[in-house]
Formats: sequence, C-alpha cells, structure tokens
Amino acid sequence: MIPRHQKFLFSILLLASLVMGVALWQLRDRAHQRLIAGQDSAPTSAPEVAPAEQATLVVANDADSSLLTQVHSLPLPDDPGARARAVLGKLLDLYAAADATHKVAGGGSSVTQVFLLPAQEIGASAKPKSGDSRSGNSKPSEAAASQNTQTGPQLAVVNLTGSFAASHPSGIQTETLTILSICATLHANLPRVTQVRFLVDGQQRATLAGHADLTRTYLAADAVPSEGTHP
Amino acid sequence: MPVRLAIRPFFAACNQTLRGGALALACVAFAAAGQPASAQPAPPPPSGPPARFVVVLDAAHGGDDSGGRLNSGQLEKVFTLAMTVRLRSLLSARGIQVVTTRDSDAAVEPNRRAEIANHAAAQACLSLHASESGSGIHLFASSLAPAQSARFPAWKTAQATFVTRSLALEGVLNSALLHAGMGVTLGRTTLAAVDSMTCPAVAVEIAPERGSNQAVTTELDDPDYQARVAGALAAALLEWRTEAHQP
Repeated sequence: MIPRHQKFLFSILLLASLVMGVALWQLRDRAHQRLIAGQDSAPTSAPEVAPAEQATLVVANDADSSLLTQVHSLPLPDDPGARARAVLGKLLDLYAAADATHKVAGGGSSVTQVFLLPAQEIGASAKPKSGDSRSGNSKPSEAAASQNTQTGPQLAVVNLTGSFAASHPSGIQTETLTILSICATLHANLPRVTQVRFLVDGQQRATLAGHADLTRTYLAADAVPSEGTHP
Repeated sequence: MPVRLAIRPFFAACNQTLRGGALALACVAFAAAGQPASAQPAPPPPSGPPARFVVVLDAAHGGDDSGGRLNSGQLEKVFTLAMTVRLRSLLSARGIQVVTTRDSDAAVEPNRRAEIANHAAAQACLSLHASESGSGIHLFASSLAPAQSARFPAWKTAQATFVTRSLALEGVLNSALLHAGMGVTLGRTTLAAVDSMTCPAVAVEIAPERGSNQAVTTELDDPDYQARVAGALAAALLEWRTEAHQP
C-alpha cells in the first residue's frame, strides 16, 4: 500500500514535469521565431559599390629612377578622404605585385587612413593678426576661414602601417620614390592637396626605412613629374 | 617644435675657444672685425693650394642603426664605413684635409653629423650610402628650395642657402663618375643630416651595376667596383678643389 503523502508528492512532481515541458516547448518556439526574424532582416541585396572612375596614379620605376603617370579605372567613393585612401591603396597594390617596377610589400591595406585638413602656408605665422582679435573683425575672418576650408588648399596626412615601413626596402632612391609617388598621386586626383605629411601607426617617425625624412611636410606639387622625369 | 640655429663654423669655433678661456678676447676681436678664424690655425701645406680645403665624409648609419642589408649579407653601415676609409686615404694622399663623422661602428645622430660638418667649415660634404635597389651611383642633393644666405638660418633647412653649390658639386661628381664608366642617376631628396649642413653637400648612394635586363653585373662587395667608385669620387673632389680656388 502506497502511503498517501507519497501519492501526493508524486502528483506534484508529475504536474511540475508537465508544466516545465510546456514552458520548454514555448521557449523553443520563441527562439525559433527570433531566428526566423533575424534571417528576414539580413540584407538580400548587395551593398552599393562606388562607380568606377578614372584615377591617375604616379608610379615609380626603380630601373631608371623615374615617375610615370598611369590611368586606372577603379571604384572611387565620394568622400575625399576615402577617395584618397582608395587611390593610394591601388598604388600600393601595384607596388606589391610580382612584376612591379618598384617593389614594396604590403599592398593597399598599408594605408590605414588619409586625413584631409586645411593647409597652412609653410613658413606663415600661426599668430593671428592684431585686428582679428577684435569682435568687429571676427565674423568676416571666420567666414573667410570657412570658405578656405571648403575650397582652399589641403594638407593630407597619410597614416601608414608599421609593417609597411618595416618591410620597405632601405635606400635613398627607393624611399624617395615611394614618398614622391604618393604625394604626386594624391595631388593628381585631389588637386586641392598641396601638402602631405606622413604618420606610421598614428605616430610621427623619423624616416621611412632609414633614409627619407618623414618629419617634414612635403609639397605635393613639387613631386608631380612633367613626363617620366627623375625626382 | 624647438628651433635650432645653424651657427656658422666661425662662431662655433669661437664657442670652443671661449670655453677654453685663453683666446677669448682674440676670438671676440676677430668676430668684431668679421674676419675668418679657426680654433687651431694650421700652416698651409707647402706644395698644396694656398687656401684651406676640407672635405667631410659622412659614413651613413652606425651603431644600432645598421641601415639596409646588402645581398652579400653585409650591413650598409659596414659598407659605408669601409668606403669612407678608402676615400679618406685617397684624398689625404692628395693633400686634402678630411673630416669624418664617424671612424667606428658608433651611433651618430643626424644632428650630430650636421654639427660635425658645420664645425669643419668644409668645401664639400659627402654622405655615403649603399642600397641594393636601382643601378650604379645615385647622387642626391637636398630638395630644399634655394634661399638667400642668412646670418642664422633655421637648423632643419640650413642647407637651403647651399643648394645651388650642392647642385654644382653634384654635377662635378656626375661628370667624374660618367668619365669612369659608371651609370649615374641624379635626384633630390630629404635627408635630415644633409638638410642641416652648411656646406655644398651631396648624398652618394652606391648600388650594384646592372645590365640592360636589370640583372646584376657587378655586386657591391666587388673590391674593383669599390675602388673605381672611390677613385672617381676622389677625382671629382680634386676637380672641385680646382674650381673652388679659381678666381
């Protein structure tokens, strides 16, 4: 004979098992619905790709130490900074190719960012003129500065990866050609870029690979070759 | 950014003298009169040209900075030092006073190299480099735009007042190297040490000789090639001395 309290306990356990079974079934259904909902929100169309445009690349050649202009078709974003990065990425992809005329490892991913800032005339004093501090002259000055930001010359700050600098061949000629081709390519595709500075992993670095000075500001227009000229 | 000034060699020599104390008054008197002076006036060599002619040889890299690695496994710092020693011997044998920025495997900062060159009041400064890229000899003058002579030029662009003379020296070196049958590439570059030198300065980068198919025909470690390069550079500097002493 089964005692009464055991029957009662068995009934409670059976009831709890049934309740837990139902709850588990419902939780499973909910998880399934969430999964289906997530699949519905997944993109079903490819992201928009920037239209291909003609980009001018100034390519270095170690054999005769020259810079040659080449035109390539590649997708270019509208944003000037992204555009500059895309162009330099293509240039460094050419240098990483097996048949490159100027062999540098790393490729397009070696350019981390390109920042475009309003350029200051080299040698110009950063000190404001005496009249600018007065309230009456501040608004025209700000308007001029704003206009200068939109249409004036720009300084491009090119942030390279440390691995690119570490793997760059050492030598005056090869380092100079890399720097000049980057400057000239930027100026050819973004004519407002008149000055270029370089960072490596976000930090200033003395030289690219032991020779070419990376602490100075390069004038982009000086790097543009006339036609296959030597730097 | 700290601004350093390229003190003229004369005033630098005065600084050394003033530290010594003994000749301070004489040095100040010379400075007031605007006449050249040197810390240790040396008598002119009896058979050489009357004026003092000094060449600075800068063996690039050194110490922790080994520069590039050449195909033979040799480091660029070792190669440049060996070439400096070879060239110094040739120049000294011809009565040219030579000042070197380093005589051993020591680390020398670019600013220190420029200081040594500027204190020497040299008529020619050569910075010797080596590379496996390219072909023949690469001659580089500073890419700074020529500027008017200034009493206290900015340290980082002190070479600007000498760029025209540096390009002339580059031309003389080019002629001598071509005459010796070597391929030469001329260019402009930015080297921190050269840009701070107050003398006609050229960076000489020695690369292997290559044939028309870009295959290496003469390696950098070829003693004959090194001798030919050193001989041509010495001949160029003798020519430069002759030009410098012409009225």
